[in-house]
Amino acid sequence: MTLATTLAAEPNENLAHISNVLIYSAMAVYLLAFFALMAEWLFGSRSKVSRTAAALTAQTGDAAAPAAKAAGSSGPAVTVRAKGGTATLERPKQAAKAAESGAPKVVTRAAAGSRDVPDGPGAAAGDEQGDLYGRIAVSLIGLGFLIEVGGVVTRAMSVQRAPWGNMYEFNITFSSVAVGVFLTLLALKKNVRWIGLPLITSVLLDLGLAVTVLYTESDQLVPALHSYWLWIHVSTAIFCGAAFYVGAVSTIAYLFKDSYEAKLQSGGTPGRFATSVMERLPASASLDKFTYRMNAAIFPLWTFTIIAGAIWAGDAWGRYWGWDPKEVWSFITWVAYACYLHARATAGWKGRKAAYLALIAFGCWLFNYYGVNIFVSGKHSYAGV
Amino acid sequence: MSKTTTSADRDATGAKGDRDTTGAQDEVGELGAAGAQLSTAPLDDAAGPASGPNMPALGVIGWIRWFWRQLTSMRVALLLLLLLSLGSIPGSLIPQENPDALKVEDFKAAHTTLGPLYDKLGLFHVYSSVWFSAIYILLFVSLIGCIVPRTWQFVGQLRGRPPAAPKRLTRLPAYTTWRTEATPDEVHEAARHLLKQRRFRAHETGGSVAAEKGYLREAGNLMFHVALIVMLIAFAAGQLFKSEGGKLIMEGDGFSNTLTQYDDFKSGSLFDTENLAPFSFRLDRFEGTYENSGPERGTARTYKAHVTYSEGAHGPEKKKAIEVNKPLEVDGSKVYLIGHGYAPTVTVRDGKGKVVQRVSVPLLPIDSMGTATGAIKILDGYRNKDGKKEQLGFNAFFVPTFAGEGNGQMFSQFPAPFNPRLALSAYHGSLGVDSGVPQNVYQLDTRKMKKFKDAKGELLKKRLKIGETLKLPDGAGSITFDKELKQWASFQISQEPSSKWALGGAIAAIAGLAGSLFISRRRVWVRATAGADGVTVVEMAGLGRSESAKVPEELGVLAAALHETAPSAPDADTDPDTGSDTDTAAESTEAGAEAGAEADSKTPSDPDPTPDVVPAEGAEK
Ligand code: HEM
Repeated sequence: MTLATTLAAEPNENLAHISNVLIYSAMAVYLLAFFALMAEWLFGSRSKVSRTAAALTAQTGDAAAPAAKAAGSSGPAVTVRAKGGTATLERPKQAAKAAESGAPKVVTRAAAGSRDVPDGPGAAAGDEQGDLYGRIAVSLIGLGFLIEVGGVVTRAMSVQRAPWGNMYEFNITFSSVAVGVFLTLLALKKNVRWIGLPLITSVLLDLGLAVTVLYTESDQLVPALHSYWLWIHVSTAIFCGAAFYVGAVSTIAYLFKDSYEAKLQSGGTPGRFATSVMERLPASASLDKFTYRMNAAIFPLWTFTIIAGAIWAGDAWGRYWGWDPKEVWSFITWVAYACYLHARATAGWKGRKAAYLALIAFGCWLFNYYGVNIFVSGKHSYAGV
Repeated sequence: MSKTTTSADRDATGAKGDRDTTGAQDEVGELGAAGAQLSTAPLDDAAGPASGPNMPALGVIGWIRWFWRQLTSMRVALLLLLLLSLGSIPGSLIPQENPDALKVEDFKAAHTTLGPLYDKLGLFHVYSSVWFSAIYILLFVSLIGCIVPRTWQFVGQLRGRPPAAPKRLTRLPAYTTWRTEATPDEVHEAARHLLKQRRFRAHETGGSVAAEKGYLREAGNLMFHVALIVMLIAFAAGQLFKSEGGKLIMEGDGFSNTLTQYDDFKSGSLFDTENLAPFSFRLDRFEGTYENSGPERGTARTYKAHVTYSEGAHGPEKKKAIEVNKPLEVDGSKVYLIGHGYAPTVTVRDGKGKVVQRVSVPLLPIDSMGTATGAIKILDGYRNKDGKKEQLGFNAFFVPTFAGEGNGQMFSQFPAPFNPRLALSAYHGSLGVDSGVPQNVYQLDTRKMKKFKDAKGELLKKRLKIGETLKLPDGAGSITFDKELKQWASFQISQEPSSKWALGGAIAAIAGLAGSLFISRRRVWVRATAGADGVTVVEMAGLGRSESAKVPEELGVLAAALHETAPSAPDADTDPDTGSDTDTAAESTEAGAEAGAEADSKTPSDPDPTPDVVPAEGAEK
């Protein structure tokens, strides 16, 4: 008899326990952040910004007059960073030094056909108290992020492998990466603080789902999951999902803001709540661009994720592509994002239609992640839900 | 310094409609040659020759051309892409014949109306169905029809020079101007030098310097689309030329890669058995480890098949452990470990005690704990007590770890052999293997066999420990469960000659994509003209593809650099707004980034290294 049964390393129960405590603590901190974000939005609603309205009314009110002039003359309303395509003037840093000596300034001109609308000031809308709460929220999110990452790392240590063996682990990793993406964008001084509330709301939902429905005792992997391609394939998949998610949030915001602007432009008066929220968001053109950049930047990585998966499948199952449901949905997601990118470059498909495609594409990603694991059985479904 | 904004000559765009126009077309319309050819993307004129309802008859050629134009337009490519993703969906929800023919049978049995309908629509083999193939073939025809002209166009652009500056540079998305005492020629020369230094393709033409950069974007885009074609062809070739066979091998046994040695074998329609790579291997030992405790007790942790293999007919022997994720690669073939199980060894004796056969019989696992079933067939060498030739058959049921007497059913408690049992029931007669009908080696065909009976007249059965013997009645002989418990492993041996191409295509696709999405193609023009008062007016403008946010920033950097060699002339009418501009700029960045400060509050310090942004003041025309 030649059978060798060696003891597989047992997961460290103690670490697993610490991990659970950390995850719950992170949830508590995120909950506090959630309240702080709510406070930011509430205080922000006291201010009466109406830059969009000002810009658009000026535009339609005097169609012959140059928009920027009209907007400019309406006071501080347009003196915000408007990536959205308002006629803006950009001064490079080299020129900054030379400003006094009269270095040239660059004037930019909106792409034809886009609205000249400035970005909103963000959730706090310049309200000092709101801004304070917003800053508190960001700090809390940072803290929660650190705690959650601690939870993910201790989980990984307790099972002595990458923490992506089942849906529970996938969920906790996914939400921490999404928060990480958000914090990184903030650190890069991107205008994304308004995403905080929707993001933390869904992170709380995601974690709630993880600790209740999806919880799995820490354990090791079945042999098919033992591969360094697991690290590569799953980590990029999680990262792509988190970034696509941030893109999807801004797509939704774009759709709302765009119809808000369209309503204003056609002379309508949106409701007070809509005005209060929409005025604080970036201009629709900025949101659209942000969505595009997010999705376009991640698309090559998603392509890589699928290819890495195919290579792994080639090693594990003897074929690199077998139309397994998970593979099919990754492919559908990929094609859907390619559709979105094409739509942006195709006449008649820009704007809202492209945005719908972006949402459908993210829907495909979500279905691939949850739907396929839960409703469809395939080779990928050994992962304990 | 002086500055001019251009908003005055902006078209008074209406509320509606303008959203649907293409930036590219607008640019072309507005800027003429300067804006053209910044990309090779086809212009989307859906209105082909046959658009309006009152078009005169086109003739066959006209229609073909129209059809071709439609097929190769971005719009149709987009529709086909959408169709492709929609078409992939049913295959993920409905059982497919390829991986799982049994499930398809179940489905057909359960859905008597849907089954035949799905069958007709090819929904049980979506990815090889006519309609799915039609979508992707059309898509790829469209792709080729798109790539070829774009490639020529791109080659033309590479050969040509950036187009001359448009008449009114102020119309461009990014613009700057200042007055200098340097002569126009000096400015042009300096600009050309500067742009060349920054790896622009620059030349002087028509009284201005025209420069362009970022051709790699287009190259990357073309490479990506070509790579898609390479991948598709590799995939198709893979299907046609691949071979795939299965083989079950017991510890100690070997395999050499010829068709006859396979248990089962399938290959693509263009595969030639001559192409089987000559190699052989022997399974020395199979090793499995399992979770010993906890809720997932018994779950497999490692599987390793230790083999000795040799390449070619008489190559040197090498050792290797094949694991689930680590196939053995020899000579273009891959050997995957796909299954394993136990092969108990039994010794069969006749009535006189003479050993008829000593065999290890592979049994098929029926659960994850190693419970296995199979059949032991003694085809020849056995004579019954009358000395007549007869065949023996045993149904075998095996557990590697037995729960213990009286502990419920005989199912294994653990996949490793801690307490193995072999349960046998015995038959004699004819196994029916000579009838010519292929027989399942794991099942006993008892139609021409008689049961051995026990004392009560029932089928003779016994559960054996290692070393125990089942005695057949009336001196018919015996069967012993020997100590040597072998394991077997099953392998899939596949050859897919095009997978390297697919991989190469995939890598090229990612590289091309990165180039296509991260590089922006842009043009810069510099025009210096002698003003009426003898001072030179320098104008600079930049144009990029629609998504290039960096164009104004880059233009600013270039302008600052050029400004060093051609500094502003001392200017009487310096814009009085400069100071306040800087303030607003700084503070507005704050406002944007922090979403905080009210627009008119003063926070002039600006640590943000990105360029400040302020609105253009009203046009001063
Ligand atoms: C398998 C199908 C295809 C996929 C996955 C695909 C994917 C892509 C991607 C990801 C881009 C980059 C988008 C961007 O730069 O924003 C792109 C651009 C482009 N594609 Fe495709 N494509 C496919 C088929 C086609 C076909 C059939 C055509 C021809 C009609 C086409 C024409 C183009 C063009 C012209 C661009 C450049 C657009 C631009 O420069 O903005 N593609 N494609």
